[in-house]
Amino acid sequence: MSITERAGRRRRRGEQPMVPKAEFQSYYGRPVIKAPSWAAPDIAGYFFLGGLAGAGSVLAAGAQLTGRTTTATALKVSSLTAVSLSAAALVHDLGRPARFANMLRVFKPTSPMSMGSWLLSVYGPAAGAAAASAVTGRLPRLGGAATGAAAVLGPAVATYTGVLAADTAVPAWHGAHRELPYLFGASATAAAAGMALVTGPAHENTPARCAAGLAALADAAAEKAAERRLGMVAETWREGRAGTLLRAARVLTAAGALGAAAFGGRRAPAVASGLALLTGSACTRFGVFAAGMASAEDPKYTVVPQRERLDAEGGGGADTQVE
Amino acid sequence: MSEERVGFFTDTTVCIGCKACEVACKEWNAIPEDGLSLSAMSYDNTQALGASTWRHVAFIEQPKPEGRTQLPLADEESGDGEMRWLMSSDVCKHCTHAACLDVCPTGSLFRTEFGTVVVQEDICNGCGYCVPACPYGVIEQRPHDGRAFKCTLCYDRLGAGQEPACAKACPTESIQFGPLDELRERAALRVDQLHEAGTTEARLYGADPDNGVGGDGAFFLLLDRPEVYGLPPDPVVTTRDLPTMWKHAGVAALSVLGGLAACFAVSGRPGTGRGRR
Repeated sequence: MSITERAGRRRRRGEQPMVPKAEFQSYYGRPVIKAPSWAAPDIAGYFFLGGLAGAGSVLAAGAQLTGRTTTATALKVSSLTAVSLSAAALVHDLGRPARFANMLRVFKPTSPMSMGSWLLSVYGPAAGAAAASAVTGRLPRLGGAATGAAAVLGPAVATYTGVLAADTAVPAWHGAHRELPYLFGASATAAAAGMALVTGPAHENTPARCAAGLAALADAAAEKAAERRLGMVAETWREGRAGTLLRAARVLTAAGALGAAAFGGRRAPAVASGLALLTGSACTRFGVFAAGMASAEDPKYTVVPQRERLDAEGGGGADTQVE
Repeated sequence: MSEERVGFFTDTTVCIGCKACEVACKEWNAIPEDGLSLSAMSYDNTQALGASTWRHVAFIEQPKPEGRTQLPLADEESGDGEMRWLMSSDVCKHCTHAACLDVCPTGSLFRTEFGTVVVQEDICNGCGYCVPACPYGVIEQRPHDGRAFKCTLCYDRLGAGQEPACAKACPTESIQFGPLDELRERAALRVDQLHEAGTTEARLYGADPDNGVGGDGAFFLLLDRPEVYGLPPDPVVTTRDLPTMWKHAGVAALSVLGGLAACFAVSGRPGTGRGRR
């Protein structure tokens, strides 16, 4: 009978030791955990835009301090646009968008989403004031203070999203909880450097070209470290949609950084390199998002690492009392 | 906790798969219908816990383990002994360290005076963070509603001194409700009894206060590995690693700041020639 065959095929019979280690047991192949209902354009999109805004605010402050005013203004506008789109995406993704204000109902350090909401509610107005002052030329001292505040909070906006993803039971995210903030920080820096290359004049873009190179190196290193840490779960970073996106991200980020370093002194190659960096950063975020989804939807990635951990400890069930 | 902590002990060895718990839960809590599909998963057409399924009976047909004494209960047609049924009514574990509660940004999820974990539906804004945070895949957002729902351990009934609807409806006392300490003692005795009867594969799941979630408010006596029932073998509350994550996020943020500052430092001012070709 087919059901019996299914049951037999899906499950190991008893405790036969000759069964290869890769095999695992599950309930009709159904996932153990539930994948988030988050939409990729909203949440992976937010990871990208939040990073672009946050790291962009640092570049904007640096550009302003060193007299690169065109780049500074462009990045302030870019950060304001990105953080506004982020807020829109986050509210849009809620099951009850009208209740978005409940995000500020409590202040809760155990919830990265609560911390992020508070962070955005301070960073957003700062980025807005910085951009408004730069564009209109009014209230320059307030604009300067806002630029500074956005530059201090920006890196936190860029990296906390790594914690937001990792603080879940999703194997491909939680397993890389030490590496994700670095990967997201590097990816955010690459995006912001890309935006500076696209919007700023060539004679102002030396720091952005330097940042692009650093970010590309850090991005590659963090991703490698994450995959090493993840063990068998790293499959989800290498295969399927996530694999395609992350491969594209690696090529685009490397090409953008090399292009910026070699030919960034001229306008057209600088713009092309900047676009490659921006697209590469977006691919990184959508790739990591897709890897998480794939790891949540297959019980293998939940069961096998936990089972291996138990077997290493010499246990049988979660807290078996068999003597 | 102003009251004694209460919970469920689900003894799957006496579950007969009647699904009275599923029905009683739906009825009492007025949970909407959530699809009538045939799953081809034995008698399990409910398939999983979710926003509109707060009790779920799993049905497993498997070859009987060799060389063990049969349970009298499971041995009615003794002799042909090829297959055995495993049936288990799953439910929210009401963890001591509940990831859903920890990550909820609105404070909608809270710990009750009975030590259970409940969603306040008038506060939940449907952010969905609790859904991937749960290591058991219990809580879920209801489509077309958007908010997250799960077992409340019949918070309204507890307040009135009643036991939860599922435990009340269970005809075999597979689902036992009571003070958690008392249930743990009872469960340990039951395991000893089963081991003496030769059912050596009997094991408790979620009863240990030292497990990855600090002990489950709803725990189980299983006859096979947890993953066979669709349960994670060694779940750990994700927020256990949150201090490490915040630390790394802080270092990463400072690296972004420092890295970019260094880029500006080596590049100098535009037009000065330094750092430009």
